[in-house]
Amino acid sequence: MLVLVSYDVSFENPDGKRRLQKIAKICENYGQRVQYSVFECVVDPAQWAQLRHRLLDAYDEEVDSLRFYFLGKNWQRRVEQHGAGEAYDPETDVLIL
Amino acid sequence: MKKLLNTLYVTSQGTYLSKDGECVVIRAENGQKKRFPVHVLDGIVCFGNVLCSPFLLGHCGEKGLALSFMTERGRYLAGVRGPQSGNVLLRREQYRQADDPVASADIARSVIAGKVVNSRAVLRRCLRDHGDRVDAGMLERAVCTLDECARRLQTPVSLDEARGMEGQAAGAYFAVFGQMVLQDEEAFSFDGRNRRPPLDAVNCLLSFVYTLLAHDVRSALEAVGLDPQVGFLHRDRPGRPGLALDVMEEFRSFMADRLVLSLINRGEVRARGFVTKESGAVFMDDDTRKTVLTAWQKRKQDEAMHPFLRERIPLGLAFHVQAQLIARSIRGDLDGYPPYYWK
Repeated sequence: MLVLVSYDVSFENPDGKRRLQKIAKICENYGQRVQYSVFECVVDPAQWAQLRHRLLDAYDEEVDSLRFYFLGKNWQRRVEQHGAGEAYDPETDVLIL
Repeated sequence: MKKLLNTLYVTSQGTYLSKDGECVVIRAENGQKKRFPVHVLDGIVCFGNVLCSPFLLGHCGEKGLALSFMTERGRYLAGVRGPQSGNVLLRREQYRQADDPVASADIARSVIAGKVVNSRAVLRRCLRDHGDRVDAGMLERAVCTLDECARRLQTPVSLDEARGMEGQAAGAYFAVFGQMVLQDEEAFSFDGRNRRPPLDAVNCLLSFVYTLLAHDVRSALEAVGLDPQVGFLHRDRPGRPGLALDVMEEFRSFMADRLVLSLINRGEVRARGFVTKESGAVFMDDDTRKTVLTAWQKRKQDEAMHPFLRERIPLGLAFHVQAQLIARSIRGDLDGYPPYYWK
């Protein structure tokens, strides 16, 4: 299934930058960056539980925000891309480099 | 149920693959950089001069990703596996049965029956679709030969008889294989299999697709804990993945051969995409190779009814299902090995 993860990390306290990097790193391990703080993660339920747990561990609930959008199994029909930026479909695209 | 995951093919020369967190990072010579999370992949195939960091190799081993290195032309060089995993009791039983001529003959018979029936289906499909454009008489005679072989394989035979059947069937099949090329017949003429090196474009395509198939079948066997080296029909020889070759037999005709035929007949590969070397060896150029890889990846996503499970699954998963079934028949949970019959 595809889960869209987006986040907003506050820089108010000096710890913000580190949290931002940590959250970005976690997301990178599970999916692809489609915009600055938006990730598309194709995961199975177990991987999703892991990813969610790690993210909730890393953010600061007082000042940061995390949003998860569940696009399900047939997500291909539900996503449109316009303009700059190139994303791949990890399930069906032919990965040749 | 296992999910069909993607395979990453790296064909750009001088690329460097490394691990970053849970991702494969690919750096090309021109500075371009791409990253893929490891969990969306089930294998990486590197062609030619592609480097991998040791940590990536280790990570792939741990996560069960099949990593293969090929020459630029697609000849298999080496594969990397992590610490040996899987069930040692199953492997021991596999070795015991491979040493037992009766048990080996049983599995070999199923595998060849699968091959013969599927080859026959490919010929029949061609007769049905293009009966007016081929020498129907020749094709029908080949179908008869294969019918005969399939019938004789229904009762137990010795290992040598089984091999004889295979030879006879393959002979009849490849004798008419060239008939099924309908486009640009001059450039894609075919008279018989040849390899190392392939001497014409059709053989070149066949050999390449067979190595892709071998990579996938081999990783499926490893994933269920079998030893891909020890076969039943193909006897042990250093460096030869005997069991992978056994299981491949069922898939060759409808996965590989038909793919090659449709690439040629639909005009997706052209005569100018091939280069003949002074030695007579024929190679394909980069674009043709990419076309073939793309077609192979797409083919694996096609769904078909699995004859034994009675469930629709992508063809790419059929390798894994067959690996499971062969493991079960070795364990004795099944009465025999049910081959994949393509309809």
